[in-house]
Amino acid sequence: METVVKGPKDFWTGLIYVMVGIAALWFGSEYPMGTAGRMGPGYFPKVLAVILLLLGIASLVRSFLVEGPPVSGLAFTPLLLVLGACALFGFIIPRLGLAAGLVVLCVMSAAASDQFRFDPKIALGLVGLIIVCGLVFVKGLGVPIPLLGTWLEPTLGPIFPWLR
Amino acid sequence: MELLDNLLLGLTAAMTLQNLWWCLVGCFLGTAIGVLPGLGPTATIAMLLPATFGLPPLAALIMLAGIFYGAQYGGSTTAILVNLPGETSSVVTALDGYQMARQGKAGRALAIAAIASLFAGTVCTLMIALFAPPLAELALRFGPAEYFSLMVLGLVASIVLANGSILHALGMIVFGLLLGLVGTDVNSGAQRYSFDMPELSDGINFVIVAMGVFGIGEIIANLEHQGSRETLAAKVTGLFPTREDFRRMIAPTLRGTALGSFLGILPGGGATLASFGAYALEKKVSKNRHEFGKGAVEGVAAPESANNAGAQMSFIPMLTLGIPSNPVMALMIGAMIIQGIQPGPSVITEQPTLFWGLIASMWVGNLMLLILNLPLIGIWVKMISVPYHLLFPMILVFCVIGVFSLSNSTFDIYLMVVFGALGYIFKKLDAEPAPMLLGYILGPMMEEYLRRALLIAKGDPTVLVTRPISATMLVIAALLLALVFLPSFSSTREEAFKES
Repeated sequence: METVVKGPKDFWTGLIYVMVGIAALWFGSEYPMGTAGRMGPGYFPKVLAVILLLLGIASLVRSFLVEGPPVSGLAFTPLLLVLGACALFGFIIPRLGLAAGLVVLCVMSAAASDQFRFDPKIALGLVGLIIVCGLVFVKGLGVPIPLLGTWLEPTLGPIFPWLR
Repeated sequence: MELLDNLLLGLTAAMTLQNLWWCLVGCFLGTAIGVLPGLGPTATIAMLLPATFGLPPLAALIMLAGIFYGAQYGGSTTAILVNLPGETSSVVTALDGYQMARQGKAGRALAIAAIASLFAGTVCTLMIALFAPPLAELALRFGPAEYFSLMVLGLVASIVLANGSILHALGMIVFGLLLGLVGTDVNSGAQRYSFDMPELSDGINFVIVAMGVFGIGEIIANLEHQGSRETLAAKVTGLFPTREDFRRMIAPTLRGTALGSFLGILPGGGATLASFGAYALEKKVSKNRHEFGKGAVEGVAAPESANNAGAQMSFIPMLTLGIPSNPVMALMIGAMIIQGIQPGPSVITEQPTLFWGLIASMWVGNLMLLILNLPLIGIWVKMISVPYHLLFPMILVFCVIGVFSLSNSTFDIYLMVVFGALGYIFKKLDAEPAPMLLGYILGPMMEEYLRRALLIAKGDPTVLVTRPISATMLVIAALLLALVFLPSFSSTREEAFKES
């Protein structure tokens, strides 16, 4: 493919635009168009989708004609670790609570760094961060993040009622 | 004097103890987050936005403005001390500022930057007070067709004056416009692109988009280039510029302020072009041009004043027309809408206290920064020296908790993850995400104005070109786009952003 595509950045960007444009047309196909004078909910999205599609095609065409810099490889490790850590945090907090969520978020994302290693001082800092977050966000600002979560609540709730 | 009355009204509104306090908190938090290497003002504001939602409208906007100035100033501090500009507009400050810091003049460089910024801020506050009311009055006469064309012009101008490929930027705008349509259509009540998910029926919160693309995406990109980071912050001594410094910074500050305010008032103009332009100008006209790149006072004062002037003047189109000229203003508009204020020319007449209070607070905020930042420089240096591998997990913590608090839903966290991935991929492909955020904020408004314009014109699309003001704006937009494709202009455009 490298032989045909001269500008890989143009190529991939164009491909994304074309795909989004087609998806917007596809999912928007049911929305009533209306007329120009009385635009239905489908009018504006379809116009935009077509424009995006055309821009994408233009970018694709340019990628075959104009020389461009290569795309450096995606850094999959940080990508997956950071995104995964955030998503897991979202999954954990209703079930295991804030503390477990923060531990997973911090340790997992920190693993994306090449400086990552176990250090008792930093672990202590993490404990401090959890306490501060619990006090400031949950108790202070009233963000309703469960401190225990539905999985821990039945066992730990009666022992530490102030965590509820 | 109506102007004085208005400013007085604003000052009394901004100077209440409560508002002063929120301004201070905003400046402090903005600087604290803004100095962190690798976090630009957009990410900073997106991170801190949820904290303002509980405040009354004026206090919230004042705090946000404070966060904005703080983030800007914090970015310059990092640029000077560790040569890590957090945003494109402080790239040129790093050139000479960091050299000054290496020569042991870090304190003086910081003070020069602060004083130049304060001067530009003061001038621009007055300019906004002067120019905003007549502009708003003019805009009040706009019909839906004019508004639609104005938004087209604003979007086009924002990409012509920015860096990067025009084709990709246009695509990003349209992509953003489409994203803005997700949720319930206000006119028909129909669900669009919500895929039967109740969480999407109100649309995607703009904080999620901004935080994902500018916060998370940025972190991943930073992690890719680790190792080359120099976290050794220069020692800061001697905060007072010498008399010689003062003498040398006067003219560049004046020129920088003038250039910055001119570029900033254009829809789409802004801080980045202003700071690059001012640096290039000084390099041509300054007596000390041989010192540029080696720690010239002019090389710090000019871009800093221009940067601040441009940033502050972008409040004019935001406040009077409701048009964001950069992602930061897009976030401000989003915050106004959340506070129940419809941004546009009517704000000034319907909510004069809010309008003038915000303007007065700009000046107060700028002054506060000077008072706050120079004495607290020790704290900022400490924050800069926190190694990135400890810093970014903490930033993530604030991001996820902030996004969760928007509507207390973990769905928003997953959504932010998706936008984080998108942001990283777009960064890889050199497709600037800023136009996407502008399009995203303007999407629903543009649809509404187009719909109304065509309804009045009974479906005749020529209404956009037969009404003179609307036609003028569309012609300017077309000319701007055409300009980019002229070889001589595009080479100048590339040059302007390639100072280093």
